[in-house]
Amino acid sequence: MDNLKIGGKEINNRLFLGTGKFSTDALIPDIIRTSGVQVVTVALRRVDFENQQENMLKYINKECVLMPNTSGARTAEEAVKIARIARAAGCGNWVKIEVIKDNKYLLPDNYETIKATEILAKEGFAVFPYMSPDLMAAREMRDAGAAAIMPLGSPIGSNRGLKTKELVRILIDEIDLPIIVDAGIGRPSEAAEAMEMGAEAVLVNTAIAVANDPVAMAEAFSLAVRAGRRAFLAGPGGVKSSGEASSPLTGFLRDIE
Amino acid sequence: MKVKINGQVSELNLSLSIGQLLEAKGINPGEVVVQYNGEIMEKETWPTTMMKDCDEIEILRFVGGG
Repeated sequence: MDNLKIGGKEINNRLFLGTGKFSTDALIPDIIRTSGVQVVTVALRRVDFENQQENMLKYINKECVLMPNTSGARTAEEAVKIARIARAAGCGNWVKIEVIKDNKYLLPDNYETIKATEILAKEGFAVFPYMSPDLMAAREMRDAGAAAIMPLGSPIGSNRGLKTKELVRILIDEIDLPIIVDAGIGRPSEAAEAMEMGAEAVLVNTAIAVANDPVAMAEAFSLAVRAGRRAFLAGPGGVKSSGEASSPLTGFLRDIE
Repeated sequence: MKVKINGQVSELNLSLSIGQLLEAKGINPGEVVVQYNGEIMEKETWPTTMMKDCDEIEILRFVGGG
């Protein structure tokens, strides 16, 4: 079995699911069932007393690994605080560090993310830092004790695909931790592309949540991630600029004449 | 007394425990985490912790997120 050993767990589905933006959380059980996802992200927020919502955790299969994110944090300190609260809530020790000050492109602050990674890894968290793909920052996150590195493909929620491809490729080549492409993946083909080049997993939220049929789209992403992973393991052939015949170049019918 | 609950200042006429506050707000204790003056509270202490003037209470829950 080609399982992903990560954060003290063994995962066999390399599509990680974000749970924001669904028209209703009631879709989530069907999405988890049809796609087979095993890792699911959630966020922590203040209870809104005027408009109380359902407990969304009831829609997440108990066998799934929960990965609370630190969304809303603008500094390492805030991210650390959110992570500790999430762990105290009994959601395990996985945390996705997300530190964002930029409101337009929602790009993560790598410096603050490194600081938060160091503090939380020392406290025994399995830390998954969401980051702008930069080799030096990724090395510092690795040295700080990250469980994986999660570079963005393009801005969160943009569905623009793997715009950072060459930078992500460098991380895959140079960092001896799982690279999980997070954010911006808009189509299953883009998820497959990330997996083909050696990403260990992809995290998808918006592309599934805003599809006309989120359940079917989640299944499509799951298939694409499997296909991409298989292709990576199979070892794609080299690229050439000119043609090279696939059929034998001897025994043409015209030779009989 | 005045307490701050999820960033909003509330005037309370009688002293309530954290457990009673959650009950009054219609919150299922199994679904939330409470931070009391900056510290994460153990659930077991909710019924016995009485709110005091100027306390800051954060009641948090998990929601969908990516």
